[in-house]
Amino acid sequence: MRWMSRTAVNTLLVLSALYTLLPLSWLLFAATKSLPDLYATPGFAFGEFNLLANVESVLREGDGVFLRWYLNSVLYAGVGAAVSSLITVACGYAFDKYHWLGKEKMFGAVLLGVLVPTTATAVPLYLLASRTGLVNTFWSVFVPVLVHPFGVYLARVLSAGYVPGEVLEAARSDGAGELRTFASVAMPMLLPAYVTIFLFQFTAIWNNFFLPLVMLNDQNLYPLSLGLFAWEKQGNAFPEFHGLVITGSLLSVVPLLVAFLFLQRFWKAGMTAGSVK
Amino acid sequence: MTTTTVETRARADGGDAWRRRGAILLFVGPFFALFLAVIVAPLAYAVYLSLFAEKSSGLGFGGAETVFVGLGNYLDTLKDRAFTDGFLVILGYCVLYIPLMIGGALTLALLLDSGLARFGRFFQAALFMPHIVPGVIAGLIWLYLYLPGISPIVDLLGEADFLDGRNVLGAVVNIALWEWIGYNMIIYFAALQAIPAEVVEAARMDGAGTARIAWSVKIPMIRGAVVTTVLFTIIGSLQLFTEPTVLDNVSDGIVSTWTPNMYAYNQAFGNNDIGQAGAASILLALLAAVLSYAVTKWGNRR
Repeated sequence: MRWMSRTAVNTLLVLSALYTLLPLSWLLFAATKSLPDLYATPGFAFGEFNLLANVESVLREGDGVFLRWYLNSVLYAGVGAAVSSLITVACGYAFDKYHWLGKEKMFGAVLLGVLVPTTATAVPLYLLASRTGLVNTFWSVFVPVLVHPFGVYLARVLSAGYVPGEVLEAARSDGAGELRTFASVAMPMLLPAYVTIFLFQFTAIWNNFFLPLVMLNDQNLYPLSLGLFAWEKQGNAFPEFHGLVITGSLLSVVPLLVAFLFLQRFWKAGMTAGSVK
Repeated sequence: MTTTTVETRARADGGDAWRRRGAILLFVGPFFALFLAVIVAPLAYAVYLSLFAEKSSGLGFGGAETVFVGLGNYLDTLKDRAFTDGFLVILGYCVLYIPLMIGGALTLALLLDSGLARFGRFFQAALFMPHIVPGVIAGLIWLYLYLPGISPIVDLLGEADFLDGRNVLGAVVNIALWEWIGYNMIIYFAALQAIPAEVVEAARMDGAGTARIAWSVKIPMIRGAVVTTVLFTIIGSLQLFTEPTVLDNVSDGIVSTWTPNMYAYNQAFGNNDIGQAGAASILLALLAAVLSYAVTKWGNRR
């Protein structure tokens, strides 16, 4: 009886894991095939091994625009998340450790900001950006994602948990200024919070599609997701773009999966913190 | 001697207060400046734009004229079949997606928590993995898995057409399920792990089997997590945009105004109707905000 349910449980888990992993492994198979093989051979079998040639065509298409997209994604998501997390943690820390007139009203505004979904501001942002001439610039995609109201809420909670007020008082009576206290005493204690918020923001920006789609015309400013989407659109007329999209997708997913395997711990910390919300 | 100390201290305190104020400004200033610039200002500008409409002057030439129409754009948007049909699509999507998602994620979490599963950590990582894949890429992978000629699934099933009008809703649901089931599973699993062992042990002593314990003890104890994820899933569904937009390239079943967000995008870029694009965005933001507010209120009450 018990071994039967053990078998049933594990069979179900294996089937579910096949559901989540097979599409990814199909991508791996498909990226190794030449275009004729992509159509002619079964999905989960190797054809002629063509991966390197495929990677080369991806890198060569449009004068190396793919690498440009890659760099853009790294800039938007990497630099964006680093800056945004710093702004966010500093703000949450101030909400936790300082008092000023109207503080809770301002915090109420932050919480209202949490309620507004980012997709609902994309079209309004575009309308404003086209009025101010910022549309189709690097900044039109970089700046809007720096704001992360939920992160401020999270940082305030985590600052209350991680940074004891007495330590700050001790630093101050040793003569450290407010900035110094934040940078060298509070920040090291807030590092786990910073990393958690950074990962949150990094994935959110890396995944962002709606905003770059409305803001950008210039291919040279595209992030990876928008670039691959644009290639796919050409696939109907020129099938070779299907091959480029498949190999390009693989190249853009692999670093994320590797990073995930190394950073699993922080991922979970962030998610369970998020679900407390 | 004493007086000078007191005096310097007083002066130092005054200086401290100023320095403190400066520090607060430095800490919260950047966030609020950006908050005003990228959330408040665009929404306010969209509200402003939504009150005007372009009316072509009677003769048809001489250009269009911008006139104040009050809430006219909102009424037009609410009366537009394309907009309201988008909500019907979302409704159908939720009816299909939510039971599959919640039932699936909950089952998987219970299986992992049952004490019968082997390689628990491997399965957690494997099930979560699609969530790492960006939405566009997930859409593209599945696009090929649906595309006749390339798809191994279509090869296997023969005549299946995942992208026609009848099946495309299921095709989109499947992509979302693939992306999110592991995420929700982890949330439930974390909640299950927090149940005290004595509670489960007591039920076992009373003679309850694994399935009975899952149904009558564990699920009621993580009800909070389940309800929260259901509500967040609804709010997320309301914003559906990326996956159908990707499939739109190859599917006849998806029109350019398929979901409310696609409608707003299409009004701005397809029809160049700025007033209605603004109105649709504001309506959607309001609806999502009200729903999120209800969720948060509910969460706090718990």
